[in-house]
Amino acid sequence: MQQPLSTGHGAPLQNSSTAPEHHQQMPNKAPLVPMAGQYDFNYYQNNYQAPVHNIIRPPLCPTSLGAPQGPGQMYTALPLNPNLTSARPQLDPTFVSAPPQGGYVPSGGHYPGQVPYNVPSQSTTQGIPPHSSSYPGFSYHPAMPAFNTHYNAPLTSQTFHPPTSQPLVGVLPSHVKPLPETVQRPAQGSFQPYPAGNTTASWHPSPGASMPAPTNPTAAVSSTNSQTSAGPPLSMPHNINQSYLPDRAKVATLPVVGAPLARQQPPLADPPVSTSASPASASRAQEGVDSSSSSSSSTNTSLPNNYDALEGGSYQDSAPSATTAPAPSDPHPLKSTKPFGYAYPTLQPAYQNVAASSQSVGPPTGQGYSPGPQHFAQPFSSVNQLSSTMEGLTFRNNRKAEALRQVSLLQERNILPPVPILSPQSNLSPELKKLNCSPDLFRCTLMNIPQTQTLLNKAKLPLGLLLHPFRDLTHLPVITSSTIVRCRTCRTYINPFVSFLDQRRWKCNLCYRVNDVPEEFMYNPLTRSYGEPHKRPEVQTATVEFIASSDYMLRPPQPAVYLFVFDVSHNAVESGYLNICCQSLLENFDKLPGDSRTRIGFITFDSTVHFFNLQEGLSQPQMLIVSDIEDIFIPTPDSLMVNLHESKELIKDLLKVLPTMFTSTRETHSALGPALQAAFKLMSATGGRISVFQTQLPSIGVGRLLSREDPNQRSTTKGVQHLAPATDFYKKFALDCSGQQVAVDLFLLSGQYTDMASLACMSKYSAGSVFYYPSFHHIHNPAQVEKFQKDLKRYLIRKIGFEAVMRIRCTKGLSIHTFHGNFFVRSTDLLSLANINPDSGFTVQMSIEESLVDTSIVCFQAALLYTSSKGERRIRVHTLCLPVVNSVADVYAGADVQAITCLLATMAVDRSVSSSLSDARDALVNAVVDSLSAYRSTVSNLQRSVLVAPNSLRLFPLYILALLKQQAFRTGTSTRLDERVFAMCEMKTQPLIHLMLTIHPNLYRIDNLPDEGSITVGDKAIPQPPVMQLSAEKLSKEGAFLMDCGSVMYLWIGKNCSSNFISEVLGFPNHASIPQNMTQLPELNTVLSQRTSSFVSWLRDSRPFLSILYIVKDDSPMRANFFQRLVEDRSESALSYYEFLLHIQQQISK
Amino acid sequence: MEALVFILSLVDCCTLIFMAVYFIITLSDLECDYINARACCSKLNKWIVPELVALGFVTLLMLVSMHWFIFLLNLPITAWNIYRYLAVPCGNVGVFDPTEIHNRGQLKTHMKEAMIKLGFHLLCFFIYLYSMILALIND
Repeated sequence: MQQPLSTGHGAPLQNSSTAPEHHQQMPNKAPLVPMAGQYDFNYYQNNYQAPVHNIIRPPLCPTSLGAPQGPGQMYTALPLNPNLTSARPQLDPTFVSAPPQGGYVPSGGHYPGQVPYNVPSQSTTQGIPPHSSSYPGFSYHPAMPAFNTHYNAPLTSQTFHPPTSQPLVGVLPSHVKPLPETVQRPAQGSFQPYPAGNTTASWHPSPGASMPAPTNPTAAVSSTNSQTSAGPPLSMPHNINQSYLPDRAKVATLPVVGAPLARQQPPLADPPVSTSASPASASRAQEGVDSSSSSSSSTNTSLPNNYDALEGGSYQDSAPSATTAPAPSDPHPLKSTKPFGYAYPTLQPAYQNVAASSQSVGPPTGQGYSPGPQHFAQPFSSVNQLSSTMEGLTFRNNRKAEALRQVSLLQERNILPPVPILSPQSNLSPELKKLNCSPDLFRCTLMNIPQTQTLLNKAKLPLGLLLHPFRDLTHLPVITSSTIVRCRTCRTYINPFVSFLDQRRWKCNLCYRVNDVPEEFMYNPLTRSYGEPHKRPEVQTATVEFIASSDYMLRPPQPAVYLFVFDVSHNAVESGYLNICCQSLLENFDKLPGDSRTRIGFITFDSTVHFFNLQEGLSQPQMLIVSDIEDIFIPTPDSLMVNLHESKELIKDLLKVLPTMFTSTRETHSALGPALQAAFKLMSATGGRISVFQTQLPSIGVGRLLSREDPNQRSTTKGVQHLAPATDFYKKFALDCSGQQVAVDLFLLSGQYTDMASLACMSKYSAGSVFYYPSFHHIHNPAQVEKFQKDLKRYLIRKIGFEAVMRIRCTKGLSIHTFHGNFFVRSTDLLSLANINPDSGFTVQMSIEESLVDTSIVCFQAALLYTSSKGERRIRVHTLCLPVVNSVADVYAGADVQAITCLLATMAVDRSVSSSLSDARDALVNAVVDSLSAYRSTVSNLQRSVLVAPNSLRLFPLYILALLKQQAFRTGTSTRLDERVFAMCEMKTQPLIHLMLTIHPNLYRIDNLPDEGSITVGDKAIPQPPVMQLSAEKLSKEGAFLMDCGSVMYLWIGKNCSSNFISEVLGFPNHASIPQNMTQLPELNTVLSQRTSSFVSWLRDSRPFLSILYIVKDDSPMRANFFQRLVEDRSESALSYYEFLLHIQQQISK
Repeated sequence: MEALVFILSLVDCCTLIFMAVYFIITLSDLECDYINARACCSKLNKWIVPELVALGFVTLLMLVSMHWFIFLLNLPITAWNIYRYLAVPCGNVGVFDPTEIHNRGQLKTHMKEAMIKLGFHLLCFFIYLYSMILALIND
């Protein structure tokens, strides 16, 4: 069944979902009333990528440096202060880019004539190697043309002081400290609270200004095209959204649903959209300002003082207003059971037009609801309705019977379906299901929620939610209105599952409070009609995005701020990553998400920390070296984080020379801790993103770590040690960062042990992400290099949200008790996310605190409040609605085995860190044993000797076995500690689809790709080979098999594989001539090659980061990896699937 | 002498009661979202060692003054406190870890523990009071 909201990754096929039709057909039916500004708000739906961001709202612009400035020069508006230049002579001259005539003396002091405390004497007496040896690049490196003469060094290197010189340490700070004062640095962190009233007068939009968007009916259609024609270059980063292809599962079902392909065309090419985009953006930006002022006056007079209050979770805040409001009389008792269809009598005419008629909607029942004006004639006669309702009913029953069909696990050998598994369907009525949030975004382990905790305990299945809230979407209704309608008590956003008691009141579906419908909500801008609150887009789609007003800001929205921290020690230079990194940055420089205020900075470190002065106006970047790593300080606080656009040339210069600067360094130490502290000091005033590139264990300064891995223990079957961090430094650092809205992303490129368990903490609690490239080397490991390049590109240009918080609300009676993912849980249901990126998922475990007997549906709402890279405050709201059931059989029927597996995986990670790995493994096995035995004792009536599972859970043992053999949890197979810990980190943060692949890979035979069932993406036909079981018995020597493990793919070529395939696809004459370390499919001009590579690249495009492809022969080094992933087979240390089933059976009958 | 011992332990016990109340208040503040996890944990972690010292002091005092019953009464809870202090993994910020306090019902466990301690200290308070009066009368 298609979800109403297309959430696919941007392929045209995905557009076949109902959303676009819905918007296009509305105007045909409804009279086109020009809006003419009668109503003080403006609504339109637009693609998220629509170029609305380039408008700057001056009053909202953060003027971090104090005085308000023009929009164009935010943050960097401090030009080289005359004061600064005049002050220079009195300053410590080492700060200033010294004139070349100073001469470079390789043996020590750089500019002897100017340095009062002469460095050469220090270096010689203290036995420090001459400075030239630390940075020989300046004078010795012959490769750089700029270095031909000593005087032309593009970077001026100045050392503040050698670290060992005690008297000097005392002297230097006094030299250094005065500088900030002379630069007239305004107070740091002087974000003024935005005065809400200020803007009302100046930015009130004229009614005409808001016209273009609503009057153009097609403007409502979200189109990815809009940005290409009207978007400013800055919106280009979002292009990545479109490169996402639909995931396999959804596309594969399309033919079944039978959506005609023609329907997919309209949203693709829609010229009016592009033309209307820029007026729309202008009007929205103005509206945004206007709405912020008007609503702040009406609803909230005092600015909130913390984020908790902002996103609005506290009951206390709303209590006074609740009491002053006239309590509406409620005809129903507060917790009255709501039958499915009742509250939605006039459901979504647009859907009716689009959806297949078998999914028709029941007639308005009108109970507790006055239907209000109906523009749409019901297209179905009552007989039709009746029959279709019956159909739906039988369909549902069939489905339930199918889900509960007993599968005898030991007898059924081919248990894996040939097509990828979809999430199961809930018992909801079809109309509610259509409105529901896409399973890609929001998924529950149990699609039918048990009524009580007792029932849940009886089923022995975990209850939890899997979220992917910031996923790239192609269709996202964006709503600008002056009031965001929320429940007064629990602050839930209005959503499709609320019920309208009458035109003026709606009942919250989470706390059951009856709220008033605000006047503005009565008007539906989509149809330009009045009095249809239930047809507003907020009530039509389960995923919406609001442009938030200033009520949702603690401070003006921050600009995009990026800081890159590079390891430049010997080890790092050896690996050659810096070159790739700088290259990638140069290439994607203009695509970094942000607006005109975007700021960027660079820090490098080995045993010292180096800063780069990139202040506009300098002729070349300056390098400033701070060697006092015990007490790190920022040499020139103002000029290290610079405006991306104003200092563009300097930054590019720096990126060009950076890789060559350290090529002959002999510094082996790594002062990561001090570098991080420095980075934090630079970022704390604004917030933003720190990207740390590290290649070895931090060896000096705070946060230094020792090697804890014993290589002999890698394949032990006994307990695995050191899964927990060694120090709390990184955790505390991450918490500090999180408090200042700074996220830390870690790139670990290392051949050796680097203590991932400790280092990953800096990202874990600051909502960053971790990337790991084991044995990275620019020459020896080309596959990793390619992956690093591609990943970095995606990383740099992917969408980013700043200073975000996410709150997950659920219906009264349910509560969240554990969170998994990268974030900091600030209060009971509030996740603090310094940054949010589209690739991270979250998992929560729930419990049922109170019985849900009184209700028939429960809802979950995840609201993500963030600042977009364009400086807009936005709220993305997802709502999921699930039915409540009272029988164990129904609970089993709705079990989502993939979600359950993923939830158990995250729980097992926690267990292995807090307790031990073997405990976690036991717990996983017990989860299967418990649930299957519970199923047998409660639902099944077979005798004890047969191992049965409901059809919905038939893959459960297989997945758990796969999990036990996964890198994170396996024992007995040699696994490096870092790789194990990384796999655990991935389990916690990967969204479900990607995680499932890493747990249970998909195996395809690709030497004779079938034509039937292939899908068309763009103009290419993508073959869809069936998924095979992961067992060596399925392999044949005559074939070629592709195993898709998420981040890695293996193409196994059988010994007797047809030479036709080998020559046409791989480009080699025979099996023997295929090289051992082949990692690329060549682009050959043959049908077979094109078909194969289109399939592989289609698989690759469905995920954000590159999957390395290894071509595996029986004698290649990757062979063992390939065969380890055949989880159904027996290995030296692990059971085969059949043995595992026998083990489970034994456990159950105990 | 006897009286002095009990007067000291009485004072010590009062401190412990206050601490337990402080723990309960702070934890319930966290439960109600009045403060965030970071602030709560840093507040509470500060008092872990003083609590340990106070408990250890009274236990030692009883051992030295050879009040075996009261010593044995205090021993398990002192041992538990020491164990809890030592069992903190090196990656955690303290006994109360802000990143974990909201997970797996830890908050409730901490709350329960603080309640039990409060009850225990109140019991001890009356025992000390009784013993002190007894000692004063005997003198």
